Order: sequence, then C-alpha cells, then structure tokens
Amino acid sequence: MNAPDVPLATEGDAAAGHARPAASFGRSAVALILAGGFLLASVVVGISVGPVHLGVGSIIDATAAHLPLLHVHSPLSDTDEAILWQLRAPRVVLACLVGGMLAVAGASYQGVLRNPLADPYLLGIAAGAGLGATLAIAYGHGGFASYDLLPLAAFIGAAAGVGAAYALGRTVGSGRSPATLILAGVTITSFLTALQTFVQQQRSETLRETYSWLLGRLDTSGWRDVILVLPYVAVSVVALLLHRRLLDVLSVGDEEAAALGVNVGRVRLTVVVFATIGTAAAVAISGLIGFVGIIVPHAVRLLVGPSYRLLLPLSLLVGAGFLVCTDMLARTVMAPAELPIGVVTAFFGAPFFAVVLRTTRMVGP
Amino acid sequence: MSELRLRSLSVALGGAPILREIDAELQRGEWLALVGPNGAGKSTLLRATAGLVGYRGSVSLDGAEVAGLSRRAVAARVAFVPQTPLLPPDMTVGEYVLLGRTPHLGYLATEGRRDREAAATALGRLDLERFARRPLASLSGGEAQRAVLARAMAQQAPLLLLDEPTTALDVGRQQQVLELVEELRQEGLTVLSAMHDLTLAGQYADRLTMLVDGCVVASGTPAEVLTEQRVARFYQAWVHVVDEPGGFAVVPRRQSAHVPISAGRSER
Repeated sequence: MNAPDVPLATEGDAAAGHARPAASFGRSAVALILAGGFLLASVVVGISVGPVHLGVGSIIDATAAHLPLLHVHSPLSDTDEAILWQLRAPRVVLACLVGGMLAVAGASYQGVLRNPLADPYLLGIAAGAGLGATLAIAYGHGGFASYDLLPLAAFIGAAAGVGAAYALGRTVGSGRSPATLILAGVTITSFLTALQTFVQQQRSETLRETYSWLLGRLDTSGWRDVILVLPYVAVSVVALLLHRRLLDVLSVGDEEAAALGVNVGRVRLTVVVFATIGTAAAVAISGLIGFVGIIVPHAVRLLVGPSYRLLLPLSLLVGAGFLVCTDMLARTVMAPAELPIGVVTAFFGAPFFAVVLRTTRMVGP
Repeated sequence: MSELRLRSLSVALGGAPILREIDAELQRGEWLALVGPNGAGKSTLLRATAGLVGYRGSVSLDGAEVAGLSRRAVAARVAFVPQTPLLPPDMTVGEYVLLGRTPHLGYLATEGRRDREAAATALGRLDLERFARRPLASLSGGEAQRAVLARAMAQQAPLLLLDEPTTALDVGRQQQVLELVEELRQEGLTVLSAMHDLTLAGQYADRLTMLVDGCVVASGTPAEVLTEQRVARFYQAWVHVVDEPGGFAVVPRRQSAHVPISAGRSER
C-alpha cells in the first residue's frame, strides 16, 4: 500500500497483530482530518471567489451572525448578503452534494462490479438521464415550466436505465457476474443513446439546450435545487457508507465472498440501488458531470489503499471539495462566461490524476 | 456425531453430471483427503459441501442440511480455502485475515474487539504478525498460502475445506502447510482436502476417498486406496507404492528405459 509501511513492517513488531488496528486507526483519522480540512478550505474559498469578492473574514462573521447566542453583526451590505446566501452558498453546497455523491457512487460501483473503470454512469444512468432530459427539453416546452419537468424526467430516465440493465443482466445466463451486468449496461446504454439521438434529430432546434445539459452545470436557482437533491443524496450516502465492510469482502470475488457467508447477489443489488438513487438525483440537477466518480476514488485509493472502510468516507469529502474547486474554476477562468463544469473536471482532473499516478506508481502490483 | 455426512450427493453443472451418488462421512477431528485424476469432481465436492453449488441428495453438517442453512450459517460451520484464492493485491494481510470474521458479524456490523483478537491470533498462529501491514501482492507463494489459511482460521469454523493446499509450493513449504493443518486438526478441527500429491495425501490424511468421473471408486486407509494397480488403472501412471511407518510414498516410475545421451550416440 504505502511505501513507508514496508520497512516499518519488516522491522518486525511482536505485537503487530494488536498494534495494527490502533495504528491504522490513527492513520485513518489523519487522512479523514486532512480531507475534511481540504473540503472546508474549498468551501470557504469557493464562497469568497467570484465577480464580487467576499473576504474570508467577513464570510465567517456573516455566518456567525446567523447563529444564535453569538451576537455578531454581519459586516456585509444587503447586496453582498444576498450574493453570499442566495447565490454563492447554495451553489457551493450543491457542488458538495453532487461531487461527494458522484465520488462515493463511483467507488461503490467499482467495488460492487469489481471493475476499476466503473463510474457512476456505467449501468445506463447517463443514457437514461440523457434520454429523459432530451425528451423534457424537446417536448416539454409548452408554456408550463419545462425546467420543473427536466429533473424529474432525468431522474426517472436514470433509474429506468439502471433497472433495465439490471433486469437484463439477471436474465442473461444463470450467473449474475459483474461482467454480465456491465455488458447489460452497455447494451441498454447504446439503445437509449440511439433513442436520444433520434429525438434530438427530430427537434434539432433544442440541440443547444440539450447539449449544455449533457455537459453538466451547477447553475442553481438558489436553495431549491439543494433541497431537492439533499434527501436522495443523504439516504444514498448513508446506505453506501454502511456497506463499506461488505464491499471489502466482495473484493475477494463472488465465490469466496459467498463462502464467507455473504449473500453476494443481495449486496450487489442493494449497493447498485442506493448508488443509483443518489447519482440519479445528482444528475437530474447537475447534468452529466464526468470524471469525478472515477478520478476521485482512484486518487484516494492510490494514497490510502483499497479498503472501502476509508475509501468511501474519504471519497465523499474529497469528491465534494474537488467539485467545489472545479466549479470555482468553471465560473472564474473565462468570467463572466462560464465553462461547462464537466469540461473543467476533466481538464484539471486528468493532469492531477496523472501526477498522483506517477508519484505512487512504485506502490502496489 | 459425524461432522459431515454426504448421502447420494449428485451435482450437475451446466447440464453435465459432475458428481454421482456420493456417500461419505467425516468424524470430528478426522482428516479425509479426496484423490483422483483431474476432472474427477474433487473441487465440486468441496464446493457443494460449502453450499456454493446446488446439489441433489444430502450434505449435512453436524446434522443440519446445507441447502437449508443461510449463507452465514454455513460459513460459520465451514471454512473454504479455494485452489486459487483471489488475493486483492493492495489489501494488507491484516485486513485480509479480518475478512474471515464475516460470518460472525451482522449484515451492516463492523468488527469488534473479539474479531480483531481472533484475527490477531490467526496471524500469530501462522507466523504472519510481521506481515500484517504488508500488501498481499508483496507475499511469496508460501506466505500467501499461509495468509489464506489464517483467514480460514479466523473464521473459527469446525470444518476446514482445502482445495489443493500445496499447489505451487516447494517441498518444504508443502510440508510446513500440511504440518500446520495437522496441528489444527489435533486441536479438534475436521479437515476435508482435495489433493493431487498422492504421497502427501497418504502421509497426512487419516483416510482417502478416490473419485473417478464423479464416482467413489475406493475409500479407506491410504494403503488400501492407493494400490499400484488402482493408480495405474485410474491415473494411467506407473508408480511404486512404499508403505513404511511415517514414510508412505507413491513414487512415479519411468515407463521407457533411461538411455544416457552418450550411450545413445555410441550405438550409432
């Protein structure tokens, strides 16, 4: 795992069996504190940066002003207060929810499908949500708010896409192996993508709007979107975190996990269901933000090892911080224009991942 | 009471019959080795016992039918060491051994003090303490085999199933692993193993059962089962069987006469 561990371990430690849990507990705590610090710093900087600069100190005072018993007065003007609470804060919180959700879902899919290339969109979520959103944009324009219809259509499309992939995977052959499930996902994805392309061709005048949704965005309308996704993300993240030990057990393969007493099919279905609920909700609001679900878990894995006990909570914190940072770049690099966030995640995420890959490549197999 | 009892056990995989009407019985603390040529059904018998494949007939563990037990209940009774275990390369040995505690934990529970102690005991027992924080990929074949055994030990199941436990080990490591299994057996563990190496099977197991094409062709003490005629018939092998105290051996013999290369040349 980590290079420094090897000499430590070979030096020998008579009580290593007992010392290990304590030692790794300390390491886990340090990693979690560092990731939490990264997230907090990202949030503060993310709120302060923008066309109107808000000082870090005044953000803290303005926040304290909202807390009871402290009797702090906000140093911000009414306009700045509105920028802080109605524009920046909801957007940063949404970035946290979406980024954390995508990273945790990605790690979970990778574990449950035992495939390092699995991302949250693999099993038909992207194509299903894409079709739902395209339909809503193409045919939903009829005076009554198509924007209210879009998240719902995307959510239903995503869930239906994964449901179809899972059902197909179960009927193919007797095995419900990860490979069968992935192939079923590929099949469903190409079918739904074909439908989506057809709809787009029929309504080419909506192409631009559909395209902008597909690239992902965190353009919020205040707290409404946050409140919309929060329950789904919360339920999904909590359920996935509770499965972290079982994901470790699955890493020894279906048959050995079964021999260890795990009902592999049930665990796989449960994890897929919860990862899908959360991802579908995130996608419904933010579109298809690529890369987070695959890059964040792998970067964390390279730094702290493959155990899901630490991987899932760290992916949550790092994914949230990562998306806050990339969103900040998306809205500042070409201000006042905004870059699609999906472009930014890949543009900055890929070099970052390359660095992580290079510096840790001597470790592991 | 017998630890494991198989009655008319039949297994078909993909429509092909693999095991036909197998009867066998193991008493507590006994070591039974399954021998037989490749494809005889040894591994399938182990997997059926661990509840990993469907079967007809009966497999009962301590009186309970495997098919009627939950996955977790079977895992609490049977520890299974497959022939080629899947070792996640970056997982540490300590984490891996701790996985053996899974059958003793609730669905979403995490390991407690007792589980960590059981894992630590297993690590100590297999002399793996200093490897606890090393990734599995850094282990040699023998060390990895010990890690798998440690995981099975942490499982604390009364019946241990070993599928070819000595494959890919050098002769010293083979003996060490089997001596260790023997120690565990003397402490009350029941062992059912599939073994290619007839000499080692004969030396360590109390009884052997020879499977050929999914049927039992012989069962009894090593000397009763491993006769030269039987090995010749079912393995198509020429062997010499040595049976002296502590030195049971099945020695392969060349069929063609050995002609030294220089002698061959001079004859031309």
